[in-house]
Amino acid sequence: MANTDVNISIGEGEILGLLGENGAGKTTLMNILYGLYQPDSGTIQINGKDISIKSPGDSRRYGIGMVHQHFMLIPNHSVAENIALGYEMTPLLFPQRKIKDSIITYSKKFNFDIDPSRSVWQLSAGEQQRVEIIKALINGADLLILDEPTSVLTSQETQDLFQNLREMKAQGHLIILISHKLDEILELCDRVTVLQKGRIVGEAQTTDVDKKSLARMMIGREIIFQIEKEPMERSDKVITIDNVMVKNDKDLEAVKGISFSIFRNEIFGIAGVSGNGQRELVEAITGMRTVESGKITIDGNDITNESVRCIYNSGIAHVPEERIRFGIAPGLCLYENAILKQHHKPKYSNKLFLAYSKIKEHAQKLLSDFKVLAPSINVQTKNLSGGNIQKLILGREISEGPSLLVASHPTYGLDVGATEYLRKQLLKRRREGGAVLLVSEDLEEIFELCDRIAVMFQGEFMSILNSDDLRLKDIGLMMAGSLRL
Amino acid sequence: MLKLKVTDRIDVLPRHSLLSLVFSLAAGLLAISVIFLFSGVNPLYAIFKIFSGSFGSLYGLKETVTKAIPLILIGGGLAVAFRAKFWNIGAESQLLMGAIFGTWVGLNWGPHLPWPVIVPLMFLAGFVGGAIWGLIPAILKIKFSINEVISTLMLNYICNEFVKILIVGPWRGKTKHGFPYTDDLPLSATLSVLPGSRIHYATLIVAVVTVILLGIAIYKTRFGYEVRVIGENPDAARYSGIDFFKTTLIIMVISGGMAGLAGVGEAAGIHHYLSYPESISSGYGYTAIIVAWLAKLNPLYVILSALFFAGILVGGDAIQISLGLPAATVQVFNGTLLVFLIMGDFFLKNRVALQWDLKRN
Repeated sequence: MANTDVNISIGEGEILGLLGENGAGKTTLMNILYGLYQPDSGTIQINGKDISIKSPGDSRRYGIGMVHQHFMLIPNHSVAENIALGYEMTPLLFPQRKIKDSIITYSKKFNFDIDPSRSVWQLSAGEQQRVEIIKALINGADLLILDEPTSVLTSQETQDLFQNLREMKAQGHLIILISHKLDEILELCDRVTVLQKGRIVGEAQTTDVDKKSLARMMIGREIIFQIEKEPMERSDKVITIDNVMVKNDKDLEAVKGISFSIFRNEIFGIAGVSGNGQRELVEAITGMRTVESGKITIDGNDITNESVRCIYNSGIAHVPEERIRFGIAPGLCLYENAILKQHHKPKYSNKLFLAYSKIKEHAQKLLSDFKVLAPSINVQTKNLSGGNIQKLILGREISEGPSLLVASHPTYGLDVGATEYLRKQLLKRRREGGAVLLVSEDLEEIFELCDRIAVMFQGEFMSILNSDDLRLKDIGLMMAGSLRL
Repeated sequence: MLKLKVTDRIDVLPRHSLLSLVFSLAAGLLAISVIFLFSGVNPLYAIFKIFSGSFGSLYGLKETVTKAIPLILIGGGLAVAFRAKFWNIGAESQLLMGAIFGTWVGLNWGPHLPWPVIVPLMFLAGFVGGAIWGLIPAILKIKFSINEVISTLMLNYICNEFVKILIVGPWRGKTKHGFPYTDDLPLSATLSVLPGSRIHYATLIVAVVTVILLGIAIYKTRFGYEVRVIGENPDAARYSGIDFFKTTLIIMVISGGMAGLAGVGEAAGIHHYLSYPESISSGYGYTAIIVAWLAKLNPLYVILSALFFAGILVGGDAIQISLGLPAATVQVFNGTLLVFLIMGDFFLKNRVALQWDLKRN
């Protein structure tokens, strides 16, 4: 259940902020308004009248427009062509002129600077967003929903966007801003509603609250300090990351000079909203991405920019973020996936041939050791459930006893049982002398498992704290980039 | 509203594979029958003629085997490339490159060397020629992400014209009275045939042995495992440390090289000189795509599917003469079968159901 007993309302000329962690149910709620999902119960009213929204088309007719986090534009088409898509009043003949004219009218009205004849791929992210907004406005939107609109913008573009939004508010539009950034909510919104696990946990006028109280509302629980894991003496250093810089796919700096070490018998957690460079950092450590500068050493060996295989052989195992996309070859059998990263080891193959009998034996053992539910080792791996796939991947990765296990969002999207099992396995690894790097958005998981916690924001660590440090109560602020220790 | 619902089929058993094969072949033949009907030919009679022309007489059988030789070689190589989802459409020109390299070795060294030396050398040269031509699109793909379908297809045209330049220009034979052929290969550089047929058995042996080796390579070796992981999920291959660059190069060396071997076979076993590209190959590089597909990309099954399609080629020649159908009939026949085979694959991997969509209305 993504939303339970949620009531929100918004009045004319108002900007409402919807605040919550990832997975709190913000986007689900807005997709209901936009007609992508149907509510199981409850009503939607406009001007006091019950309406039912069955599709995005209905939603548009009721004057609701949505700007998605990931733009829904066709890069090779021009701005005008993109806007004509889904526009119900497009004339049959010579539509270009009419569309162009209305784009220019709206551009002038709200100070947007958009050339209708340019192709979308030539536009910056901020310009593309303006195209999305104009598209919604031309379709007659009174209520505009913006889903994490600033996540793709530079700070200057963000300021421009806010200026535009204030302009629209002044002209009587209603705006809902979905965000997890406290500063933005406080700066732009009149009212804020805080969601947590699909329920509303707080509502306030933005003039009445400050960042601290908002952050606590968003995290929504007193940070638990009783740790159920047995304490462990810190022993040898396993991995050292020294001033590492990594670029993302768009060639921008995603990790900006991060340094830390992880020790044996330790779980080191990286908390933070995803998209702040965690993925790039993990890929750099596991050899899937180039380290631009800095140094990574494991057990004293420099492995900076070595190949994936070399890094695996040096003792770094990896439970990847998108388990189906990276972790398995879905069409191959289970036993073939059980050795995806080990197939080159002498145990399973000589220079030429794979030792299938040993591989099958190994797969069978993984299945029973890690409680993977599967009819047999001969089934295609894609037929397994997410939890069982993840158990298989985890089993495969830790069966060789790696010095360091890197686990990215290991329990994301899994049911309670599988989640608990996987967490216990990570703790077991810690007991057995392994080091674990845990990247997760799930704060509960971070607090339950980690010995030390780093909070990552825009490619930097805002802090590295022991998990019993009282300053962690402000982790929400650190995740939003408002507090640095 | 009535809606098509497509879901993954999760339990694909070997008998499902077989069923989809039988059904797609049957449906393909049915579609072809319609085409025959429109040409005013009794489809049952035409299809009977095709298969009796190829498998119904000793002469037909011998011709069928002859034409199966290049199809086995190329189809086996393509099965490997397609496994890794490298869509090599350029086997036709890889074959020609093999023929060029082989012919050069035969013409220049043949007069001085006995056949046990020169024949292996020609095969080796042909393999190298095809492999080089196959490596070009591989490098273009890896280094510049140029789509291999386009580049392999375009290289076909380039090579086609290159062969023509050679045979009307520098390589035109002095003994050919101005015809655009090279000189005949010396006797030591031609492949002997089974008496009373055109079956150049040396190439046939090479073909069968290599596809068996490829079958073992795909299913039993580390290399084959890496090829299959790349084909299934290139991201997982990267994650698991498989060298995409190296593996793709090897795949295309094999795929291009196999086609090159076929080129040597055609030049040295059938024609004994290099001539127009159309007569050297008659589209084997394209037909082999369907051969590999019908074999479910298993190099071992390629032997059977190559015989099947060689039969259609031979039978097609037969109905051209006996029923007066145009030469393109065979290509229509093969193309139609490929479309239905690919459709069969879709139905094998997905479950399709018609459903009333209750949410709307």
